[in-house]
Amino acid sequence: MMTNIGNRVTQGQFSFLPDLTDAQITAQIKYALKNNWAIGIEYTDDAHPRNTYWEMFGNPMFDLKDPAGILMEINNCRKTFPNHYIRVTAFNSTRGVESPAMSYIVNRPKVEPGFGLVRQEAEGRSIRYTVHSYATDKPEGERYGK
Amino acid sequence: MTEPAAEQDPKPDVNALHNVPDATPVDLEAAFRDSNVQEVLDKLDRELIGLKPVKTRIREIAALLLVDRLRKSMGLTSGAPSLHMCFTGNPGTGKTTVALRMAEILHRLGYIRRAEVVSVTRDDLVGQYIGHTAPKTKEVLKKAMGGVLFIDEAYYLYKPENERDYGAESIEILLQVMENNRDDLVVILAGYKDRMDKFFQSNPGMSSRIAHHIDFPDYSAGELLSIAKLMLEGQQYRFSPEAEQAFADYIVKRMKMPHFANARSARNALDRARLRQANRLFAKPGAKLTKKDLVTIEPEDILASRVFSEGVPDTEEKV
Repeated sequence: MMTNIGNRVTQGQFSFLPDLTDAQITAQIKYALKNNWAIGIEYTDDAHPRNTYWEMFGNPMFDLKDPAGILMEINNCRKTFPNHYIRVTAFNSTRGVESPAMSYIVNRPKVEPGFGLVRQEAEGRSIRYTVHSYATDKPEGERYGK
Repeated sequence: MTEPAAEQDPKPDVNALHNVPDATPVDLEAAFRDSNVQEVLDKLDRELIGLKPVKTRIREIAALLLVDRLRKSMGLTSGAPSLHMCFTGNPGTGKTTVALRMAEILHRLGYIRRAEVVSVTRDDLVGQYIGHTAPKTKEVLKKAMGGVLFIDEAYYLYKPENERDYGAESIEILLQVMENNRDDLVVILAGYKDRMDKFFQSNPGMSSRIAHHIDFPDYSAGELLSIAKLMLEGQQYRFSPEAEQAFADYIVKRMKMPHFANARSARNALDRARLRQANRLFAKPGAKLTKKDLVTIEPEDILASRVFSEGVPDTEEKV
């Protein structure tokens, strides 16, 4: 984690860049809509790299054709979960593909304590390593403050 | 995280008013030509008979949007004008038709992003139990974003006799979005004049947020005849000269009767005339029919109406 100053979670697209502005998010949504991908909003307060299943905020928006409506929903989610990670995914429903085509974080907690390296003594003298999110020491909902 | 809204224009250059010389030429005609608005306006003139005040207002709106765009190119401020509208008028005066057309015009002028109309009524906006209305209304609003939201019979949204009616909640959300997302959404309300007036009286906030109140006048008998002919043309029928005269008489008589619904009554009358025409063709077996028989409405198809024989509208006329 030495290279990641500020312990910012880096997952999905654009995560090494500064936070996207609403105008930039709108542009990304436009791109997804142009490709006929359905946009979904997901949130979590456990952004462990192996936690791929975040909670969905409402249904995927298969029926929306304009970025303004989706941005409205994103802002709605930010208002509901100001201190959670929120990501926007674009789902490609083409038969045979059926998988997310885009995913980027649009909201993150004010303070991100980051991850620590955990060493586990195993058989013999071998050591197992894993990452552990400091935030998850607290129960769900209280991890990044109210 | 919460940056200013995406669509916000860059800060207008305060000095533009003074820095750009007053004599800078402006090519209004080129802008007009480029936008292809004339094409839409011509189509409007061709396909919509009468409706003078409506067409005038549409022309004005088109002019305003074009001038605004030119101002922007000069660096002058051009605050997005509020384009929410209210169409009032008697049944069958073309409110819905014009709303559909409006989306196309606004799209050509670059005011909305999609030439699409989401048409809803009370049922689509108002829920059935507590907490049901807000998500329902928001769902519709999200779907309409970037285009036109057309609310038919809008006065049903507010039911003064029931103070716990959820319509008020829906109106509140609508107002909020109409104010905050002016660049993203154009809302058009439609309804009968007297009821809409009452609706606005009890919702002054709604009235003040709607910039354009357009009243649709009733059609004259002559206009209704032209409309009927246009409709027939669309269905590939035509009047024989005597039938045209008969239909003109029919309209004059029908206009004086109750439940007269302007163009809608004319359309219903034509539908019945087509029924009778088909029946008449069937009634003479063995007769040599030509294509002319198939496309021509004869006077007897119209004169058989109860409007002539009994002086009452035909029964299926429901409003």
